[in-house]
Amino acid sequence: MQITVTVNGTEHVREVEPRLLLVHLLRDELGLTGTHWGCDTSNCGACVVWMDGTPVKSCTVLAAMASGRHVRTVEGLEGHAGLDQVQRSFIRCHGLQCGFCTPGMLMTARWLLDHNPDPSETEIREAIAGQTCRCTGYENIVRSIRHAARAEKSRDGAA
Amino acid sequence: MQVPAHFEYQRATSVDHAIALLTRYGAEARVVAGGHSLIPMMKLRLAQPEMLIDINDLHELGGIRVEGGELRIGAMARHSELLGSAVAGEHYPMLHDAERVIADPVVRNRGTIGGSVCQADPSEDLSGAFTALRATAVIRGAEGVRSVPMRAFFTGPYQTVVGPAEILAELRIPVRPGGGSAYVKVDRRAGDWAVAAAAAALWLEPGPGPGTITDVGLGLTAVGAAGFTAVAAEEFLRGRPATEETFAEAGRIAAEHCRPVADQRGPADYKRHLAGELTVRTLRRAAARARARGQEA
Amino acid sequence: MSALPGATDVPTPMGHGPMLRKEDARFVRGRGRFVDDVRLPGMLHGAILRSPHAHARILSVDVSAAESHPKVRAVITGETLAGRGLAWMPTLSHDVAAVLATDKVRYQGQEVVFVVAEDRYAARDALSLIEVEYEPLPPVIDARRALDPDAPVIRDDLDGRADNHVFDWESGDAAATDAVFASAERVSTCDLLYPRVHPAPLETCGIVADLDRITGKLTVHATTQAPHTHRMLYALIAGIPEHKIRIIAPDIGGGFGNKVGMYPGYLCSVVGSVLTGAPVKWTEDRSENLMSSSFARDYHMHGEIAATKDGRILGLRVRVLADHGAFNGTAQPSKFPAGFFHVFTGSYDVKAAHCRVTGVYTNKAPGGVAYACSFRITEASYLVERMVDVLSHDLGLDPAAVRMANLLRPEQFPYACATGWEYDSGDYPRTLTLALEMAGYDELRREQAERRAAYEATGRGSLMGIGISFFTEAVGAGPRRTMDILGLGMADGAELRVHPTGTAVLRVSCMSQGQGHETTFAQIVGEELGISPDDVELVQGDTDQTPFGLGTYGSRSTPVSGAAAVMVARKVRERARIVAAAMLEVAPEDLEWHKGRWQVAGDPAAGRTIAQIALAAHSDLDLPDGVEGHLDATCVYNPPNLTFPFGAYICVVDVDPGTGQATVRRFVAVDDCGVRINPMIVEGQVHGGLADGVGMALMELMAFDDDGNHLGASFMDYLLPTSMECPSWELGETVTPSPHHPIGAKGVGESATVGSPAAVVNAVLDAIGVRHADMPLTPAQVWRAVQGRPIRPDLAIR
Repeated sequence: MQITVTVNGTEHVREVEPRLLLVHLLRDELGLTGTHWGCDTSNCGACVVWMDGTPVKSCTVLAAMASGRHVRTVEGLEGHAGLDQVQRSFIRCHGLQCGFCTPGMLMTARWLLDHNPDPSETEIREAIAGQTCRCTGYENIVRSIRHAARAEKSRDGAA
Repeated sequence: MQVPAHFEYQRATSVDHAIALLTRYGAEARVVAGGHSLIPMMKLRLAQPEMLIDINDLHELGGIRVEGGELRIGAMARHSELLGSAVAGEHYPMLHDAERVIADPVVRNRGTIGGSVCQADPSEDLSGAFTALRATAVIRGAEGVRSVPMRAFFTGPYQTVVGPAEILAELRIPVRPGGGSAYVKVDRRAGDWAVAAAAAALWLEPGPGPGTITDVGLGLTAVGAAGFTAVAAEEFLRGRPATEETFAEAGRIAAEHCRPVADQRGPADYKRHLAGELTVRTLRRAAARARARGQEA
Repeated sequence: MSALPGATDVPTPMGHGPMLRKEDARFVRGRGRFVDDVRLPGMLHGAILRSPHAHARILSVDVSAAESHPKVRAVITGETLAGRGLAWMPTLSHDVAAVLATDKVRYQGQEVVFVVAEDRYAARDALSLIEVEYEPLPPVIDARRALDPDAPVIRDDLDGRADNHVFDWESGDAAATDAVFASAERVSTCDLLYPRVHPAPLETCGIVADLDRITGKLTVHATTQAPHTHRMLYALIAGIPEHKIRIIAPDIGGGFGNKVGMYPGYLCSVVGSVLTGAPVKWTEDRSENLMSSSFARDYHMHGEIAATKDGRILGLRVRVLADHGAFNGTAQPSKFPAGFFHVFTGSYDVKAAHCRVTGVYTNKAPGGVAYACSFRITEASYLVERMVDVLSHDLGLDPAAVRMANLLRPEQFPYACATGWEYDSGDYPRTLTLALEMAGYDELRREQAERRAAYEATGRGSLMGIGISFFTEAVGAGPRRTMDILGLGMADGAELRVHPTGTAVLRVSCMSQGQGHETTFAQIVGEELGISPDDVELVQGDTDQTPFGLGTYGSRSTPVSGAAAVMVARKVRERARIVAAAMLEVAPEDLEWHKGRWQVAGDPAAGRTIAQIALAAHSDLDLPDGVEGHLDATCVYNPPNLTFPFGAYICVVDVDPGTGQATVRRFVAVDDCGVRINPMIVEGQVHGGLADGVGMALMELMAFDDDGNHLGASFMDYLLPTSMECPSWELGETVTPSPHHPIGAKGVGESATVGSPAAVVNAVLDAIGVRHADMPLTPAQVWRAVQGRPIRPDLAIR
């Protein structure tokens, strides 16, 4: 079947099998390998992308279901002005080690701050509760998101 | 990674269209909403539908609102919508208690209320909650619309009264003042299915003292309770004072009547214990909320 | 210029110190390159049909329907491999393991058929077209029954094998230990199970195998923590000349020991590439990962601790039943069949100790040494730290006081323990004291008493527990006279080249799986040469470009490869001295090293920087006879001993007695890993290991039912801790340099995984006042433990 998916602002038309998973459309068809997968069962969150502005687990969404919709991946975070603040803050606070969960964490972090610019530690922990990290013990991921919130607050305050 | 077998895909443009597709393809067709139960089953090839009907565009099945003295929850409402719904939380805080512990935030963005209920997993949180609330399921089919009380909705594990060419459209809960509700779950980890969970909605006669229970609904999840509820405990509670002693006896009755099955979440004796313990806790919390609401009023 | 825009408030140090990671610039952009990201022209995809049975005879395998699938390019069975002598492969423990089953399947999930197809979906489809006829056999699931006379024999492929016994191994002085026990005032005993768990890195194992039929060269992109070892294994097993094999480990999404071993899927992919002439990619799905590749632990232990009545520990005696699964495939130095379990005397001054370990076959997947265990030290540490609490419980003594009274004292180092290890350095009481202060131990005990009193008075509320663990690790294997893998001594190489303009490339044999080697190793060279770590590039994970060495596991990168990096940099520095002397027309011995610069003693103005020296070394400068030009060196580092990092951990939990739910409220971790090259990275390593401890203590488990069905074969059932179960870790440090490591560093990657489980378990049991119950302390287990009927976690719950 033919699908039309807009990914990071670019429209892609592809002939795919209805069973193709969105994560495989992104990785194998579009070459956007920043989105990872880790579990098959929508538990680990390595595959989180945005669909129509909402984080979803792309291993449990069919590419066909994404047709006509807008998808945003980690590759779409960096803008003309450089890295997104959450990307900067993950670097600054050592919020990643092996880097495998990082793209999904970043997408959720960005979404959280867009909807709650000043989240508490508990709110951050709740927001990433469906995303597994095996390296950081979550500590520095939480710190990174807090850091990004503060940085955006001070920047907005200065603007 | 695991991938589904071949199938055909159609996106339904209306409920009637979806029903027509279901009618045409019969038992080989499945409806997909959030997909968080069905797609993993398809990856394991435990489910191999030949036709998948995507109902994500059916906005007529969405929304959460109060209408006609009922809280109406569209089958396509996402878990995150129910968790974020002020009107649902105002009338039935139990629904927020439950949503907060269902899967995780990203899954809740996608998973639907109707999908969860229709999956009829014995560990499903909302099955217990809606049973306690005496919700009504509104089901649409080629013949029209029918309503089925939640307590007649489940016909067994993973089985409901929704026919092969029908679609669950909405859940309706009567809005009744003077009550309180709560949901309490024990899990092994955030996002895990329930080891056991209990839901209670109760209405108190206002007055001095702890108040008298005028009506009550109980729901029990994952403990082998018939119809996700505890009828004998409900009968015991009605007309009695909302005291610790009453709750303890209700918990004992609820535990006695459930038929838990041992699995890796826990042995049967522990689950039976939880059925009682969580019934007590959820009654305690529901009563406290009912009293708080009474004082507000 | 910093490679990390937006992070300019952390300047790059000229050597050791907090430094932001070089790796991160690509990872935060989704530009890491993991094995499954590798796409080669014409690449095919493999998938594995696995056994549904734990133990069954294979009667027939019919692949004809799969072969006729239009997208299938090859179907490989055990018979296909047997024809090439590849149906069995040697393990790292002197056993053989099936690549694809020929005679029997011996665990659920064992590899039976490998399919190569044009895409991964088609490969999976083809699996359902294969018909395998099995005759189910009774399985051996309970390790404690494996040696029963009537137990089915799993390894009837081995000549003369009539039972499921793998090995017996002992350490320590049995007679001396018995004597200590015979005269001790108190002996406490306890049976403990460290259940079967899994490293479960977020990225599963995978490979892209590419055999070039023209050149005969095999290029393997694989998730391997030990690229050079894998190269030799492919040469030995597949008969491909070793110089025609190139192993490339790209970015690795976590390893934790899961990516040390050689798996059937790898070899089948190589064979698939040989047969099809195309590159073949195979990536495990999560169930395959959990069911078949490198489990960890599964030690059934009977511990005995002898002491005086006031809690002075005198001796330890341990009997272990080790479940090795169907093939003995544990990965550890070959003279150590139980790994380094015999450091089980831990951090205490114990007169005598003895352990006896018996390995058995069961119908479960092979493996056993993985998950940041430091070659079974996590089992040993859990044992001794649990036994100290059992003793304290039995004597009615405070477990902190018992530990403090028995810890090794600083003046005892270097310390020869009762089982033959020589601990290099430590000041244990200082570390425990700091941890107790950070935790506010006395105040916690007061709160605990208040809560317990309130609970007993009302029957409501929560209980609180405080758990302590003081671990000693032994990492950095190892001295080549005693430690080898497959006959390969455990020394590691390093090569350093300083380019004419003064920037450098370091090549090492170890391989990062997230530890930040690109940063840390650049800092090591930066420190030694006095150049910016930004000017040092690390090459790792490519056997064509790096010197030989055994890889990254057992916390050995810093102790071994890190030391090699120091030594090679110092070699270069000495070469630079000769060049500088020629430049300044003085004798080399007249020069003094000032970080980054050789200068004439007494004349600071006369000196040359490394950059100046590098250019001169490549120029027409006249060098003394016998001194070659350029500025580079190689070295091989053979560690004189292991390093012995240690730490004191204190965990505070709240337990709801009505439901059995335990919540970690606080976790204080004071680690001493010697000199810290990059404290930020060290702390990150500790954070991750602490989460592992919470996971293993409270939820992670692979149990099996009577039929051998794996009951934790997906992330729905194998539970990993989330952000909600982890507290905000409270870290402290002491620094006791290793006396034999060139910069005094010790390994740290596994410390927290080794040390933390006992702290969590001790805390939960302390809360409920129960002497012992086995991990994981799920709500059900806690509730049952309170009832006095704890669950046996390795079997299905009934």
